[in-house]
Amino acid sequence: MSSAGSRFAIAIAIAVTSTVTACGGSTSTGSTDARATTAAAVGVTASDAWVKAAPEGMTAAFVTLTNASGSDETLESATTLASRTVEIHEMVMSDGTMVMRPKRGGVTVPAHGKAVLEPGGNHLMLMGLTSPIKPGDRVALTLRFASGASLEVTAPAKDFVGAQESYQPSSASSMSSPK
Amino acid sequence: MATRDLSRRRLLQGGAALVGGATVGGAALAVVSRTEPAAAEITHGGVRLPFYGVHQAGVETAQQAHAWFVGLDTIDGVGRGDAARLMRLWTDDAARLTQGTGALADQEHELAAQPARLTITVGVGPTLFTSLRMDDRRPASLRPLPGFPIDKLEPCWDQTDLLLQVAADDLIAVSHAVRVLTRDARSFATVRWVQKGFIRARGTMPAGTTPRNLLGQVDGTANPVPGSDDFARIVWKKDGPSAWHGGTSLVLRRIRFALETWEQLGRADREQVMGRRIADGAPLTGGGERAPLDLDALDHGLPVVPEFAHVRQAHATTPDEVFLRRGYSYDDTAATQADVGLLFAAYMVDIDRQLLPVQRRLAELDLLNRWTTPVGSAVFAILPGCLEGGWLGERLLRDEGEPSE
Repeated sequence: MSSAGSRFAIAIAIAVTSTVTACGGSTSTGSTDARATTAAAVGVTASDAWVKAAPEGMTAAFVTLTNASGSDETLESATTLASRTVEIHEMVMSDGTMVMRPKRGGVTVPAHGKAVLEPGGNHLMLMGLTSPIKPGDRVALTLRFASGASLEVTAPAKDFVGAQESYQPSSASSMSSPK
Repeated sequence: MATRDLSRRRLLQGGAALVGGATVGGAALAVVSRTEPAAAEITHGGVRLPFYGVHQAGVETAQQAHAWFVGLDTIDGVGRGDAARLMRLWTDDAARLTQGTGALADQEHELAAQPARLTITVGVGPTLFTSLRMDDRRPASLRPLPGFPIDKLEPCWDQTDLLLQVAADDLIAVSHAVRVLTRDARSFATVRWVQKGFIRARGTMPAGTTPRNLLGQVDGTANPVPGSDDFARIVWKKDGPSAWHGGTSLVLRRIRFALETWEQLGRADREQVMGRRIADGAPLTGGGERAPLDLDALDHGLPVVPEFAHVRQAHATTPDEVFLRRGYSYDDTAATQADVGLLFAAYMVDIDRQLLPVQRRLAELDLLNRWTTPVGSAVFAILPGCLEGGWLGERLLRDEGEPSE
């Protein structure tokens, strides 16, 4: 499992065809991956995924999602072995400062369009890291869409001093920023 | 306003078409040469060189206008697994930056959009093998050069564990790439030095023109030709441990020029010191820049190329004593003190066999030593290239705990 450079996009594109699971899809491709079923494959591909390295607590992951299909797709949830939970967050202005909070309804990837999850904008929040994420580590994430499709993404970890936004859980109480 | 500019442009282009003919007035010529290039404007920023390959780019690459050599030392406690993570990060960064896309997490990715023949070349120093406890994997001839009597080495340019060579025709591309790469290294290594070199800007001279150093000399004439069998024989490793096949060795020496005393020499004396003509770099024995040296030629019973001349001592006495020189000028002049010289960068399969015999002769007899002083010296193994999906140093660093091939 080695991957580097601009090849991430290619690797992920391949992952799409082999691991996407769509609603009701059950045709086996003969792949050894138990989740690998085809059927109406989601038209979404992922590229430029990365995660902010962090020793503990929580951190953020970013990815560009491209939808080649003719219908909108919505990223609803994500999971990873690297943290207990993953939330989809948005950045909003609150009392004059940008804060992040869970994004209701997920992130829509418009038909024939893109959704960019990036610092200062929508992002994935990895809550409760199970072990330190060190620079150069590669974090596997599974993205799940409203259509039932899912997408495997490998995100290299990078040292990053940005994305220090303060966290505002769904309630009003503020928490400290990720490290 | 726009119309006026347009008509002025037409006028200038018209004038430019006549340059070289006797019909253009001197005044018009002056306007043309000062304000507009004679030909249509050509931009080079979008030119990209492949990153992936058997060899790293930046060695068999026509010299870019700028090169920064960045020496880094690993942080205490960094092990082989950490080094592998750094190499994966650098590989990914380099693969993206050289192709004109920002690195991951690069918030200034617009600065990467014009790579201008950017190459990023990674090397490892002999000290890395010690700090990673893998001396058994160190190439045999990768060790610090012996001290020479002419050396006045300054510790600030000393050997480092790691080297980044970042080169492009545009300084923004170089600066941004160095920033991205050193930022990604900060959990693993600290920068000890940055040596910034340059030759003429792209487009100033026809491509392939041998550069001049800041002593005014044509410097780099007798180089192997990129793409030739000779080049491959001289530069690329193909024997020994397979982890190094496709790699090379770099000797990087910082050589300071004593301009104050050099400027006391007349032109004829300078040519005697060098053994080549200043004007075109041709040997004193005649012909053009690339004419062979005639070391036996006599004039009134005396050698035309003096015994002490640089070219005589640098001249290969065996087919082994050749290497690729890809040097850059440096100028770190401060307000009151000139500090200029050459970043001597030589690439070869085997330092002991190819460079050391020449270096020993130069240290003993080369009169040019009076005006040139080595103040920095370091050697690096330039890693083999990698193919898509691989990473630089993979053959060296993977399979931790397993013996090397």
